[in-house]
Amino acid sequence: MNETTLVSLSLFILFAPLAGFLFTVLSGKKLKSAYLFEIFTISLVLISSITVLFVKLAYYTDKSIVSEIGWIDLGIVPVLGKIAIELGVMIDNISAIMLFVVALISALVHYYSIEYMKGDKRYNRYFAYLGIFTFSMMGIVLTHNILMMYIFWELVGLSSYLLIGFWYEKKSASDAAKKAFIVNRIGDLGMFAGILIIFITYHTFTFSKIFESIAAGVLPFNSEFWLSMTGILLFCGAIGKSAQFPLHVWLPDAMEGPTPVSALIHAATMVAAGVYLVTRIFVMLTGDAMLFIAIIGALSAFIPATIALTQTDIKKVLAYSTISQLGYMIMALGVGAYAFGFFHLVTHAFFKAGLFLGSGSVIHSMHHEQDIMKMGGLKKKMPVTYWTFLIFSLAISGIPLSSGFLSKDGILASALSFGSLTGYYIFAVTGFLVALLTAFYMFRLLILTFHGEPKDHHKYEHAHESPLLMIAPLVTLAILSFFAFYTMNPFDAQKGWVLSKWVTTPASVVPESARYPFMVQSGEVNHAEIHGNITHSVQYTEAMHSAHYPAMFISLFVAILGIFIAYMFYSKKKIDTDKLAGSLGPVYKFSLNKWYFDEFYQAVFVNGTIGLTLVLNWFDKYIVDGIVNGSAALTRMFSSISGFFDTYVVDGLVNFTAYFSGFVGIILRKFQTGKVQTYLILTVFSVLIIVLMYVNYL
Amino acid sequence: MSNIGLNHFLIISSILFSLGIFGVVTRKNAVMVLMGIELILNAANINFVAFSAFGNFPLKGQMMALFVIVLAAAEAAIALAIVLNIYKNFNNVNVDEIDNLRE
Repeated sequence: MNETTLVSLSLFILFAPLAGFLFTVLSGKKLKSAYLFEIFTISLVLISSITVLFVKLAYYTDKSIVSEIGWIDLGIVPVLGKIAIELGVMIDNISAIMLFVVALISALVHYYSIEYMKGDKRYNRYFAYLGIFTFSMMGIVLTHNILMMYIFWELVGLSSYLLIGFWYEKKSASDAAKKAFIVNRIGDLGMFAGILIIFITYHTFTFSKIFESIAAGVLPFNSEFWLSMTGILLFCGAIGKSAQFPLHVWLPDAMEGPTPVSALIHAATMVAAGVYLVTRIFVMLTGDAMLFIAIIGALSAFIPATIALTQTDIKKVLAYSTISQLGYMIMALGVGAYAFGFFHLVTHAFFKAGLFLGSGSVIHSMHHEQDIMKMGGLKKKMPVTYWTFLIFSLAISGIPLSSGFLSKDGILASALSFGSLTGYYIFAVTGFLVALLTAFYMFRLLILTFHGEPKDHHKYEHAHESPLLMIAPLVTLAILSFFAFYTMNPFDAQKGWVLSKWVTTPASVVPESARYPFMVQSGEVNHAEIHGNITHSVQYTEAMHSAHYPAMFISLFVAILGIFIAYMFYSKKKIDTDKLAGSLGPVYKFSLNKWYFDEFYQAVFVNGTIGLTLVLNWFDKYIVDGIVNGSAALTRMFSSISGFFDTYVVDGLVNFTAYFSGFVGIILRKFQTGKVQTYLILTVFSVLIIVLMYVNYL
Repeated sequence: MSNIGLNHFLIISSILFSLGIFGVVTRKNAVMVLMGIELILNAANINFVAFSAFGNFPLKGQMMALFVIVLAAAEAAIALAIVLNIYKNFNNVNVDEIDNLRE
């Protein structure tokens, strides 16, 4: 298969879901089985993406295939110079893997939804929305320039909005959809500003050209500070889309959407788009930008993890866990662990989609009960769901033999070595703490849902194992949560094919003074070769080696500790959780109320906006309108003066002339008798007078 | 003859002119008015002839007087025709009653 075929196939992967969307949305009302077309296209997309993945990784491992067409050619523009904007696709290893992840999870969610959404009155429209989401996500993954990425980025936001508000009759669902959209817009504003800076500096949107210019020493506004700012502004888009602190508030609310949607969009793919964006711009991130990213990642990993401890809604726990894990990925990228960050994205996509689909299975069989305090004992009723859920929980907690262990351990080791190189040990500490919390809340969830005695007997009696179409995706994702798909050594991911061959850290293009000393460029001295790719210094490699085993043991220890505490709390009931909650009063409430973020934003931003609008309204009403009305009144006053002048002075003069003429006429009319003899007498006397005057004159 | 000078002629013509004016102004009948006009014309003729005889205008005055006599004849013809038409329209020829020009 040559490169052209590969590009065509990727374009098919991009546009087939769009075709599915258009067909389903246009014929959905008349044709009851329109959704089957969407199912059919997504199956083709899955097959195509597997083909692309295989061909790309097997035959074009070290080559990124780019195909572009000219879109807008403005020619020479004054001030800016020559501007031509291209549309194009880029298939490198990362996008090939992402294509596969998106296609697989999207397809599984499609199949799963056939059963889960059965009986919904907008059945076809649901599948249509899934189609447009898949299209937009593929667009983000495939594009080779940041403008197209921004377009698809907004499309993804739109489809997320549509799917969160799918049951828009519910007030909470439509509110959540609006919240998600608006909060995302805030982040996108920053991203837009970043794109504008890039465009006015480099006159192009294409990633490779931007990076070439940076490597050649062209910086925005000629300063390293602005290069950092550009990176941070672009990262703002990721903060919104990946629900990072402080814009994470939309994701828990987004759980109002159907559960398979949460699995697809709000766990595995769309929220990972932010991480994907950071991997795309990774090479242009300066040390300061990376530190900022790492701090945001660490905060986003820690805060939601503490919130997840006390939530009782099964989907909310998973939502906070998603934010926390995304924070891990962002933090990994921030500390320079590009490969591990991306690797965690992939493994997390599988096990978190699995967790959501598993929770969907539980919710489905419990007749839309989401409160874990009312569940329990479901292990016997739903064995397949239970065992797959257990595998996913082990994976997310980072237990050996799972995929999650590999990626999480890598991130923690990177954070530790980053600490040893720069002194910022805080990221490693946060990482281990979050790992402990993750293991605890995941097993709290598992134990409360599946173990123990059923709390709601009525619902328990009716609970049943889900149908095959819902079980099969769970099993598929559970299998993908094992280490064997990524490496042969279950304790060291770096030796595996994913990280040694497919995902390698690209060389930084940032000027040497602005980047971390351990990030080096090709051809510089003081470098170490990692699998032929020169990206990190010798010190970094050594630090990674020395951090590997401590990180592994600590993470293993905290994970098991977390599980053990959860077991003690909720299974053995050694400690009364209610009593503990009572004695920890304020702390417990702080976590239960999600650190009061929503209340804070409501008070500061929502009410602030409303207050501002009131002030502006007042300003409009009294100042702007006042000026307008004042000028109107002034004009009226002038016009009335002018009117007075017209009526009485100008008209008066005119009328006076007329009256005067009339008056003169009245007098003169007397002479006009019509009698010839009178005229004659007058004439004679006039002539006599003239003659007399002439004589006098003489 | 020697004691009759230019002034005599002029006085005669002035008297004649005044009589003509008097006739034109006082008579009601349009025909009488026309006769007044003839007096005025003839007063002018006397002046022409007198100035011609006593001044340095040999025969020019006489020529002018002849022209005036001819013109007076023509004028009388036309004026009488007008008076006839007036009579047709108004049933009288009293000039003080014919004041339609006023309007």
